[in-house]
Amino acid sequence: MTVLLEVNDLAIGFDDAASIVDGVSFCVNAGETLALVGESGSGKTLTCRSVLRILPDAAQLRRGSIHFHGANRSADLMSLSEKTMRDIRGDCISMIFQEPMRALSPLHRLGNQVAEVLWLHRNMGRAEAKRRVLEQFEQVGFADPERAWCSYPFEMSGGMRQRAMIAMAMIAKPELLIADEPTTALDVTTQAQVLGLIRSLQKETGMGVILVTHDLGVVANMAQQVVVMNKGRVMESGLAKDVLGAPAHPYTAKLFAAAPMIPQVATPARAPSHDDVILDLRNVSKTYTMRAAGWRKPISIPACQNVDLQVERGKTLAIVGESGSGKTTCARIAMGAETPDLGGEVLFRPAKNADAIPVHTMNSAERTSFQRQAQMVFQDPYSSLSPRMRIQDALTEPMEIHGIGSKSDRRDKAAEMLSWVGLDANMMRRFPHAFSGGQRQRLSIARALTLDPKLLICDEPTSALDVSVQDQILSLLEDIRERANLSYLFISHDLAVVARIADEVAVMRAGVIVEQAAPDTLFYNPQHPYTKALIAAQPEPDIGRPIDLDLVAKGAGSPRLWPEAFRFEGLQAPALRELEPGHKVRCHA
Amino acid sequence: MIFLRYAVWRFITMLLTLAVVSVLVFVIINLPPGDYLSNQIAELRATGQAEGVAKAEFLRHEYSLDQPIWKQYLIWAGAAPGPQGYAGLLQGNFGWSFEFDRPVGEIVGDALWMTVLVNLAAVLFVYLIALPLGVLAAAKSETWVDYTAGFIGYLGLATPNFLLALILFYYGHRYFDLPIGGLMAPELEGEPMSWAKVQSILLHLIVPTFVIGTAGAAAMMQRLRANMLDELDKPYVDTAKAKGLGPARLLAKYPLRMAFNPFVADIGNLLPAMISGSVLVSVVLGLQTIGPALLIALKSQDQFLAAFILMFVALLTLIGTMISDMLLVLLDPRIRYGARG
Repeated sequence: MTVLLEVNDLAIGFDDAASIVDGVSFCVNAGETLALVGESGSGKTLTCRSVLRILPDAAQLRRGSIHFHGANRSADLMSLSEKTMRDIRGDCISMIFQEPMRALSPLHRLGNQVAEVLWLHRNMGRAEAKRRVLEQFEQVGFADPERAWCSYPFEMSGGMRQRAMIAMAMIAKPELLIADEPTTALDVTTQAQVLGLIRSLQKETGMGVILVTHDLGVVANMAQQVVVMNKGRVMESGLAKDVLGAPAHPYTAKLFAAAPMIPQVATPARAPSHDDVILDLRNVSKTYTMRAAGWRKPISIPACQNVDLQVERGKTLAIVGESGSGKTTCARIAMGAETPDLGGEVLFRPAKNADAIPVHTMNSAERTSFQRQAQMVFQDPYSSLSPRMRIQDALTEPMEIHGIGSKSDRRDKAAEMLSWVGLDANMMRRFPHAFSGGQRQRLSIARALTLDPKLLICDEPTSALDVSVQDQILSLLEDIRERANLSYLFISHDLAVVARIADEVAVMRAGVIVEQAAPDTLFYNPQHPYTKALIAAQPEPDIGRPIDLDLVAKGAGSPRLWPEAFRFEGLQAPALRELEPGHKVRCHA
Repeated sequence: MIFLRYAVWRFITMLLTLAVVSVLVFVIINLPPGDYLSNQIAELRATGQAEGVAKAEFLRHEYSLDQPIWKQYLIWAGAAPGPQGYAGLLQGNFGWSFEFDRPVGEIVGDALWMTVLVNLAAVLFVYLIALPLGVLAAAKSETWVDYTAGFIGYLGLATPNFLLALILFYYGHRYFDLPIGGLMAPELEGEPMSWAKVQSILLHLIVPTFVIGTAGAAAMMQRLRANMLDELDKPYVDTAKAKGLGPARLLAKYPLRMAFNPFVADIGNLLPAMISGSVLVSVVLGLQTIGPALLIALKSQDQFLAAFILMFVALLTLIGTMISDMLLVLLDPRIRYGARG
């Protein structure tokens, strides 16, 4: 086994402050994958970028050495001149970035951006370079390489963009590939396919890979070696099977415990009852019309169709689906923020046996009272709190709007809600920037609670958070649901997160619900190929349970390619059938 | 193909806009009470010169100033028959200047081309100065290069144009033997175009171009610098670095292309700002542009002359906007695909 990259006692810092990364050492072997694992702020990204010396201007490499032992060239990467370093970048060592949306230039065609590497390092003519790029495009899974060559990034889905990114990184056949969270911005089924692609390319070319990730499930599927980082230091490192099998360091164990998992279910759950429904979506469809330029006919785009969902009082209904599946549209319609197409309605029942109020035809008094009783928690805690409002003002504002209580009443209520979400009342004078991501999400939950709502709509409340924080927020949400007798409509793309909190799950794809059941039933006996793909694509932090790519491929493709019984095209979806009590699947009879 | 269709469509909308602008221009000029001739008649009556009054009354009828305003507009535009039949803008008849007692077309004739020339030179100057300085200031941000460029820029913004003009004339003449005032040597005026005349015009253009262009260049430079700084932090710049691209090529190919849009989109806005901004400069420098004529026309309510000049500025602006829109479509695929719908 030859050592490809040796990092020794690396230290990186900014200005005069203490080092952010300190004493990091590891080795990457040729043909192997090393995973750098850690939460945000652990220094894993700085570490991997220092190999190519693509760091922020203010960052200094303070100490240590980075030795690269390539087949044709060996060098101490820290002492090379900038010019020689440029010859190594893209040629011997290449890199894939996290957000394929932003990491590709929107103004240049994919072909141009990928071929540029060859023009730079191989002195290749245009025709020759194009031939190579088309080959590479085919290898990374573009059905029509010619079309990909002249496409712009914004014409492609996230998964396809990341494939183009991989093609760009692989085109010069580098000996080392650095992948910085390459799948974090992707849907779970796409993630599985992209990981599979990286693995098969590695097998073909024998390159070494540094995979930066926060997801132990990804590590288990990809890596031979693991380095666990926290606050710029290495907590634990070693063979993946040892570290994942028996984590020695408490931090690794903590990460492990927090990693969301789909439980192994032995028996199906009982059918959920629907006798006290707080929110009732009936035959809800939404079609957006896109205005076309000039005199052409506008285009209609169906976002969701024929959605029937009931949220039971005191229970959690989760909608799971990938981006573009229509789950957020459903949530917005449930909130009254969008009107459904003709024929659909949403009913809200404030108390058991009370009259149901149609959400979209309320008068203004009813609307005000509905808004008090249905609150929302948003995905991104960084942008959902105004940076210029003190916590106290942010928390009392909803009560002020609804004219509840006196000034001191409102402050007391805000303090009480803060203690509910585990924060201290003396933090009320602070601004949001003084809080971490997890604390901010607690604040937005506290804000939603100040009006004593009955229904909380949570739109991916944990997907912007680290795993250990995600775990805490989910516990908090469970806790509050019991305490305040809340009902949740929970939107997520992550089946494992939902597994824990939901009483009933609706899986959406292409605007329709494809399967609906209690989570245990869903995991015990998934029927729909897409549900099966979602479950199979979930990376488990267990080396013995790798992702079954065939199962993922079968269900994750277009509805046109599903097995006969489930196949449909456009708006011609089959009906949702009840297979057993409380378990519905969209299939032909 | 897409581009051609867009260009045609854009041209049609430009003509429509021009029609709307002509209505606005005409209405605004007619907003103050009275007109050139009724003012004159009142003055003649006051001084007891009856024969002059008859002539003015005749002119008032001749130029349809006794008609309701909507009809005046139609006659002026050439969409309705006046006393001389159809004779308006559409027929190439720009009206009569009462102040100069000559047809408008004759007065503005050469000045039109000189205006276009001076302002085109100024726009070119703005772009040639702002582009390299803006990029350099961003690439070397917060170093002495950036600070010096910024200082010069603010100096350019803060110095009054006419003052700069006078200073430049003085030193230009003293050290470089540059001519003072005018757009060509006086003896060449009215002569047919010749090599000597072209040379003389170019020599005379140096100072006005500099004076009119500095403020625009300074503003544009700061804008480009800010845009570039935003783009330099984007992840696609890291991607390009990771490919092994050198700094100069990287800068030009990626962030500059992205920062270029507002730069291009400004062409249309630049023209009217410069023409109105250069009125004072033209008066001070004695340039034979339409600026001084516009000033006189507006002061004395010489409505056909003023209306024509304003229409001309509007036309230049619309053409500038059209050019920048079409360049944007060529430069940015996102806009191109949006235009396709």
